[in-house]
Amino acid sequence: MSLTLTPNISNPDDFYAELIGSQRELAEGEALRMNARLVLLLANHIGDRAILSEAIRLARSPGG
Amino acid sequence: MSNYVYPRFPYVCSAEQTSGETRRHPVVVIGAGPIGLTAALDLAARGQPVVVLDDNDTVSIGSRAVCYAKRPLEIWDRLGCAEPMVEKGVSWNIGKVFFRDQLSYQFDLLPEPDHRWPAMINLQQYYLEKMLVEACSRSPLIELRWKHRLVSLKQTDDHAQLAVETPDGIFTMEAQWVIACDGANSDTRRMVVAEFKGQFFQDRFLIADVKMKAEFPTERWFWFDPPFHPGQSVLLHRQSDNIWRIDFQLGWDANPDEEKKPERVIPRIRAMLGESAEFELEWVSIYQFACRRIDNFRHGRVLFAGDAAHQVSPFGARGANTGVQDIDNLAWKLSLVLCGEAPESLIDSYHEERAFAADDNILNSTRATDFITPKTQVSRHFRDAALDLAQHHAFARPLVNSGRLSTPTPYVASSLNTPDGVPDSVAMTPGTNAADAPVTIAGQPGWLLNYLGDGFTVLTFDRAVTAKELSIDGLAARVLAVGRDIADTKGLLAERYGAAEGTTYVFRPDQYVTARFPQLDEAAIAAAVRRACGRPGPVQQELAA
Repeated sequence: MSLTLTPNISNPDDFYAELIGSQRELAEGEALRMNARLVLLLANHIGDRAILSEAIRLARSPGG
Repeated sequence: MSNYVYPRFPYVCSAEQTSGETRRHPVVVIGAGPIGLTAALDLAARGQPVVVLDDNDTVSIGSRAVCYAKRPLEIWDRLGCAEPMVEKGVSWNIGKVFFRDQLSYQFDLLPEPDHRWPAMINLQQYYLEKMLVEACSRSPLIELRWKHRLVSLKQTDDHAQLAVETPDGIFTMEAQWVIACDGANSDTRRMVVAEFKGQFFQDRFLIADVKMKAEFPTERWFWFDPPFHPGQSVLLHRQSDNIWRIDFQLGWDANPDEEKKPERVIPRIRAMLGESAEFELEWVSIYQFACRRIDNFRHGRVLFAGDAAHQVSPFGARGANTGVQDIDNLAWKLSLVLCGEAPESLIDSYHEERAFAADDNILNSTRATDFITPKTQVSRHFRDAALDLAQHHAFARPLVNSGRLSTPTPYVASSLNTPDGVPDSVAMTPGTNAADAPVTIAGQPGWLLNYLGDGFTVLTFDRAVTAKELSIDGLAARVLAVGRDIADTKGLLAERYGAAEGTTYVFRPDQYVTARFPQLDEAAIAAAVRRACGRPGPVQQELAA
């Protein structure tokens, strides 16, 4: 399996609003800490080291 | 400020200094710390006379190294001195990690029962050294020379010439081999112009030994960002005699000279223990941690071990524990070479295997230090996120790194290993140190490691075996047959070795697996022993002929 790069989230506008909304009341530091928790939670859910490495690489330079 | 009375070992002017007649010794060890003394004991156990030089005349000032792991205890047991260490030391298995004022999680180092030695003991370095000095004094092959400082060293192809300074002046000694165990600031290392490269961490730590009667259990407690020392980390460890080790992270801006003054240290401890706590300071030091390694563990006739060869940050107790294992690896090789039973090239495998282990330790220790001292604001957020999650969810606990505690590094890629003859079995592959297991011998309960001995040993689960010993070009390999020589009463031996009927292991003199086979095959065993000794195999011999 490789990193999914085609649309995979149903109702993307809903998801995006939920993500932004969840941090609306947070100070920048708190939001950064929450993002870090979110990354760790999702990374553990994925688990597959090769996929995680590919995601880290693409997050760092989106064009690959 | 210390309650400990330091012993003074007598300086004796040696006969060779008095007479002025230069003697050539097989092995001279530089430094009578835990590593140098272990080197003397291991070589003496193998019949080699050893001279140990130390520029001081007492044991370690201050407690310094504290934690000794199971594998060094096994090594010291082979050398006959583990029992008093465990008796005097404090055994522990449980570690707790706190974040702010909450317990984040706890771990148990040795969840598996039926092990002889505890996962870790804590013991002041001065006690450990005193026990090793006493053990050395019992050996007629070991000469400890106090107040002997190495001032210069020259080498030829087959020996080193040492200029040594004592209260009676400077004299010359020669050594076929020198083992430099003179610590992180090794003068010997400078004398051979070796490189010692790595990373210094931009942080300072206050290390205090405190005498107190405290209610803390005998566990390792690590705090991230505790209320009594905000923004930094603190480590608490118990040693014997109600001495406690406390490490306070201070940050890079701390002034080392100011911070070790009692008027600065005492309020920090009071904040931790409470206003009414009664305690006395035993020893205080400020450290900047570094992870560094020598370019080569062998420089001609000079071999480096312990902190002289590699330095790590202390999270994980990988300093002294690694050094003892350097000696475990070196002593049998040096002894075989000195006896003419192995070619000198075998010594090069010491660098191969122990540099590999040092790099593994440095990697682990660097990662722990990076977790404890995040280098950027973002990495601090990730660390705190892992700690937040660890308190509630098991998945995050393996991410929290307050030090990965020392375990032996398997020599997975060593050139001395014979390719695995039982590749389907995961445990105990070649290059792994022998797992201990309870066994029964002549009706008496015992432990496997005590019966593996310190030579080449074949452990076989082959019930048809008759040989008690194999001779490989004059080198003896003892055969230990399960069912004949030892009984696997609890079945744990077979379990830990993934053994089926016929499974046969070959152990090196340091009790590492060097080969394993599905059956006892004498020719294959002989080839494996030859390979582990660095002897040319039959094929190479034919080519040479």
